[in-house]
Amino acid sequence: MPSSEELKRRIESALPGAQARVEDLTGGGDHFRAEVVSDRFEGLSRIDQHKLVYGVFGDEVGGPIHALSIKTSTPGGAP
Amino acid sequence: MTDTEIHAFIDNAIKENKVMLFMKGTPEQPRCGFSMRTSGALNALGVRYAALDVLPDPRIREELSGLSGWPTIPQLFIDGELVGGCDIVTEMYETGELADRLGVEMPEEDDDEEPVAPAADMPARQGPIPLENRLD
Repeated sequence: MPSSEELKRRIESALPGAQARVEDLTGGGDHFRAEVVSDRFEGLSRIDQHKLVYGVFGDEVGGPIHALSIKTSTPGGAP
Repeated sequence: MTDTEIHAFIDNAIKENKVMLFMKGTPEQPRCGFSMRTSGALNALGVRYAALDVLPDPRIREELSGLSGWPTIPQLFIDGELVGGCDIVTEMYETGELADRLGVEMPEEDDDEEPVAPAADMPARQGPIPLENRLD
């Protein structure tokens, strides 16, 4: 069962320089919320920013990770 | 229905409906909180939209995610383009971007109606168009 720590570590290693805050919403290890700050998001639409984060987990989202709620931003603060 | 037929049906639904929502359950009876919030935002804006329940056949979801590159449900398409899931749609509703994109006015602030108001309370004039029966 994935933990919020594990998700945080995987996001940060897949997107170098990113800062992630991951919360397990239910405590059940399957509904998470991730807030990710990365300069990789600059110039990308919100859809593409979220796809980058979903992409870290591939098929696991919708599988063992039932729900992953995402909020992305860039270090400059603009979405 | 074969996988190819499901794929074609989804592709067609996205192209033919200006506002197309894939969700768990129906706008009248959402089966997941995320789907409820997303259809609730559309209901609050009073727009006409088509909705398809992905639950009756797991292949609907597989084909949809393959086509959109988006792993979770709900998924909202406007003018044939993926706009996002619950997080993005909720955020766009709150900033007024969703109303802009759909060419409608934001509901009045003093309106008591919550964005998540059940569809059953909506006036009949702009109800969602259920499509799910076509996949039976």
